[in-house]
Amino acid sequence: MLNRFYYKSKKIILNSLIHIFLISVAITCVYPLLWMIVSSLKTQETIFKDISLIPSQLRLENYFLAWKAGGFGGHFLNSVVYTITVVFAIVIISSLAAYAFSRLRFKGSKLLFYMFMIAMMIPVPGSFVALFMLLNKLHLRDTPIGYILCMISVGLSVSIFLFKTFFDKMPQELEDTARIDGCSKFGIWWHVALPLARPVLAVVVVFNALNVWNEYILALIIFDSRRHMPLQVALQAFQGEFVTNYPLLMAGLTITALPIIVVYLLMQKYIVKGVASQEVFG
Amino acid sequence: MTLNQMKIKATLENYVFIFPAVIIFSVFYIIPFIWMFQLGLTDWDGISFTRAFVGLHNFKEILQDNNWWQSVRNAGYITLIALTFQNILAFMLAWACDREIRMKNFYRVIFFIPPVLSAVVVGLVWRFIINDVEGANIINRVLVQLGFSNLAHNWLSDPKTALTTVALVHCWQGFGWGFLIFLAGLQTIPRELYEAARIDGADSWQAFKKITLPLMVPVIVLVAILTVLGTMNVFALIISLVGGEFAGHTSVPVLRIYYSMMRSSRFGYACAQGVTFGMMLVVISFIQYRFIRKPGKIKC
Repeated sequence: MLNRFYYKSKKIILNSLIHIFLISVAITCVYPLLWMIVSSLKTQETIFKDISLIPSQLRLENYFLAWKAGGFGGHFLNSVVYTITVVFAIVIISSLAAYAFSRLRFKGSKLLFYMFMIAMMIPVPGSFVALFMLLNKLHLRDTPIGYILCMISVGLSVSIFLFKTFFDKMPQELEDTARIDGCSKFGIWWHVALPLARPVLAVVVVFNALNVWNEYILALIIFDSRRHMPLQVALQAFQGEFVTNYPLLMAGLTITALPIIVVYLLMQKYIVKGVASQEVFG
Repeated sequence: MTLNQMKIKATLENYVFIFPAVIIFSVFYIIPFIWMFQLGLTDWDGISFTRAFVGLHNFKEILQDNNWWQSVRNAGYITLIALTFQNILAFMLAWACDREIRMKNFYRVIFFIPPVLSAVVVGLVWRFIINDVEGANIINRVLVQLGFSNLAHNWLSDPKTALTTVALVHCWQGFGWGFLIFLAGLQTIPRELYEAARIDGADSWQAFKKITLPLMVPVIVLVAILTVLGTMNVFALIISLVGGEFAGHTSVPVLRIYYSMMRSSRFGYACAQGVTFGMMLVVISFIQYRFIRKPGKIKC
């Protein structure tokens, strides 16, 4: 009896210690975000004096000011346009290529596939220097189209890899039926392969969307003119240029971070799956 | 249409599938990559039409470039902290979550919030939490309240603490990755192994040492490789958190490359730095990769 009581209380103590540990880390994860959101609702005078997480007044007009006067509205639209265009292009281009690598037979298919895979493994810090020169030569620097093309090329390898692993496991019979019904190769890709690949499609979309929305260094070297800049670069520029209006900056940061957090919370399942699939590389 | 023509048409169709991917990838990924090696052998300001071929001169200069090696050391220091502190924390959290415990999913969702944020957001928010204006610095306030007022200071503008502060913020942003991968790895270990060990009289520490750790070696190496590649390339976080290299105290290789290009207009030298650093990373990950193969084969 006493023994059982001993074990039970030991287990309870252990479990509460574990929970205390986990909760304290969880608080550390969330605190900066709460601080950011609360600060975006304060005034320049109170932002650093009053550090409580419950603001005395809610200055929602900070968001209006950030959107209009701070220029974050335009940058937000840029980011949205870049993200949607790049993700859409990556999905189409990489699934086409992955389908060919998985199902169609042509000369050089192995070689080209390995080209994509090896590029994924070799780190290229500083290849942005040569990319900068190349875009200059092609007159694509400081243009949205130049940035979009670069971002597409960044996401291709991993997306092709994810799609191909799925297509390799896909049963052949469905495609055969479609072919007998007179479907062309493109028809099979569009009507059979892509709809079946929906789970992978979600992983590809979410990961590339996060990647493009959060991208910094390429946008930094490609864009000179303010009107093309996505949010990440604009935030840094806003911070550096004037005597910083902190509440507006915090509002800008919130505008940047909130869409990502919402997407993450909605698509959480696919992100976990995508991260776990990194084990494939090992 | 003859049979031959149909065959040609079918082959061409196959190439249409890969054409967009191959073109975009070659132009915007492969060509810059190859060009980087070639430009690394030249001296070029990026504007003039002539590029002077200087052979390996840039690489010789890198060997003697103290600023460069300091940046490599700094990145190495951040990586060391990430490899130890961040990954041990991630492993402990994953281990704590890999059991019958309430709110498991809640923790998993929360711990992966920092990694989905951009480095710019993370850097700018932390910058104003821990530095700049004394009054808002929650960490200093806690220190003062606990009676350590002499320890409270501007963490990011003190040369002694700036780099460590950067490293800790980097860990804050990165541990969620390791956590998720470790957790996925832990969940593949069959429960029966633990039960068998318990029946044989092993306590939980022994079970951890004899079952969990050996089976997790490949996952640990994978996380280590990802940590090294991710941390050595840190750039945006430094820019947003510190604002620059802070007289070399927080400089990192990618930042040096960026400065060689944008500030000194030395494109050839910047490319040579990129090539040098890329090769270092390949060697490091190759050494780590060797670890995966060997102990992974030992099954318990």
